Amino acid sequence: MSSAHAAPAPPPPTAAFKRAATVTAYRWELRKLVSQKRTYLGLGLAIILPLIFVIVQSLRHHQDHGENIFASQIAHSGLATPVLMLLFLSVFMLPLIASLVAGDIVAAEDGNGTLKTILTRSVDRGQVFAAKALAALTYATIAVFLSAAVATVAGVATWGFNSITTYSGTVVSPSEGLLLVFAANACYLIPLFAVASIGVLLSTVTRNSAAAVVGAVGVTILLFIVAQIPGLEGIRPYLLTEQYEAWHGLLRTPTNWSPISHSAWLCALYAGPALAAAYLVFLRRDVAGG
Amino acid sequence: MTDAAPPVRARGLVKRYKEVLAVDHVDLNVRVGDVYGFLGPNGAGKTTTLRMALGLITPTQGSVELFGRDPMREGARALEGVAGFVEAPRFYPYFGGRKNLELLAALDANGAAGRIDEVLEIVELAPRAGHRVGGYSHGMRQRLGIAAALLRSPRLLILDEPATGLDPAGMRDMRSLIRRLAAEDITVLLSSHQLPEVQELCDRVAIVDRGRVVYEGALADLRRQGGAGYRLRSTDDSRALTIARAQAGIESPVLGGHGLAFQAEESQVGSLSLALGRAGVGILSLTPELATLEDLFFRLTEDGDDERAELQPAAPAAVEHLVEAR
Repeated sequence: MSSAHAAPAPPPPTAAFKRAATVTAYRWELRKLVSQKRTYLGLGLAIILPLIFVIVQSLRHHQDHGENIFASQIAHSGLATPVLMLLFLSVFMLPLIASLVAGDIVAAEDGNGTLKTILTRSVDRGQVFAAKALAALTYATIAVFLSAAVATVAGVATWGFNSITTYSGTVVSPSEGLLLVFAANACYLIPLFAVASIGVLLSTVTRNSAAAVVGAVGVTILLFIVAQIPGLEGIRPYLLTEQYEAWHGLLRTPTNWSPISHSAWLCALYAGPALAAAYLVFLRRDVAGG
Repeated sequence: MTDAAPPVRARGLVKRYKEVLAVDHVDLNVRVGDVYGFLGPNGAGKTTTLRMALGLITPTQGSVELFGRDPMREGARALEGVAGFVEAPRFYPYFGGRKNLELLAALDANGAAGRIDEVLEIVELAPRAGHRVGGYSHGMRQRLGIAAALLRSPRLLILDEPATGLDPAGMRDMRSLIRRLAAEDITVLLSSHQLPEVQELCDRVAIVDRGRVVYEGALADLRRQGGAGYRLRSTDDSRALTIARAQAGIESPVLGGHGLAFQAEESQVGSLSLALGRAGVGILSLTPELATLEDLFFRLTEDGDDERAELQPAAPAAVEHLVEAR
């Protein structure tokens, strides 16, 4: 009964084993997202808003729609629709959708007590965190491309798959236009990932889903307000919200890479520390919930 | 890790939340094969101690090792061969029972997925495995918690109040399950404030009060020390009381509805029976009575230091920590 017990020491996990465990945890994070209603709220918005836009615009008599070159092309090419939708949704709606999951992904599990359930299995905290962060970024990516796909299909179905004129006045073929739409959305993911990273940080630190979601969106609103304050023009290029339009550089001929590269390193400065801080908090936190 | 690493070994474990000292220098020694009761009133620090053991919260001071490995230093690796739950087991309510187990098995690897059907059968949840956990009763969730633990083929099972909230039938089933697991050479660390449960299941106990261990050792030793008493029924109880009072070594004789109760060493009981015989008092029955765990528990957790000092584990050489001076 009281005899000594010689437990075989498990071998230290290899990098490949750790990667496989992280991928497994990531897959299950996605399955959790698929099984939750909250997931579909954000994706529903990403689908419905382009449809509403197309329906309303198709019922209007189209003339010149002001300053934006793509607004004036709505009725000429269905490819103008995804560009305009990205323009509208990028400011608030897509950051909100990304925050819905990013702000919830750690806090909800903490609150429900399931975090302790998975942290007493054979995966390390770092692997669980990586899986959650990746799942939040994946969700943001899906939301962006789902919205773009719906806008493109609805726009093309309504107004045709025609050539389109870019910001620089160059007419591009429909297939090239489609490629640019895809690239523009991919480019927008850069600042959106930074927003999602801030959401993950707030989710980890606050342990409160609502506070984290509101906080992440609040950061976006705060930065917009800061950008409007007279005298702070000098810091505008360094605000995260200013990077929401970096993709415009792709819709010029030749492509203007400057705002894109600026956006890439600047957003890394927002996302990197946020994720690093969230990771450290997650590693060291006391899991006392549930 | 050493060859003699015990399933659980905690040394000087402290957890402080600002001004509140939740766990105060707790030492624990769970040996292979123990069904070890971790007893204490609500808020005594049991769950906090178990959370530290599972690496869920960081000790303010001290350390805990599971089979010689520290979860705070080695993470998930230290939990190899260890399973269980603290407070109520929690699952994803939007998944079915089986899917929850599939998720946990995927995180465990080591062939855990192949044991899902088996563990569902063990806890008798197989017919409801496809139903969403959100619709499970408390008892079903407790059983699913056990199933999730068994997936890991544990050598050490840590269960925090596993019978809490269960109806009498559920409690009986849970105890029966724990007995079965213990019979399969699984060491069990069972936290509880339900004394009959511990008395029925455990062979060794630690009693914790206000964050401190006030007793650790064999349950039988505790009961023996705490109340080695006797009850005597005779042909003349009043006279027997007078004789007992006059007899050296007979302590606290009291006459009650069921005869004369007293405490004494075994040799003194022999002398008393001879004295009664000489006085012409016939002995109808003379039975030893051990104190119940409940008696001892309340004495340890409600009385002062003097009482605790009297209730020390029998073997002073044993590694388990004894009574802490308060």
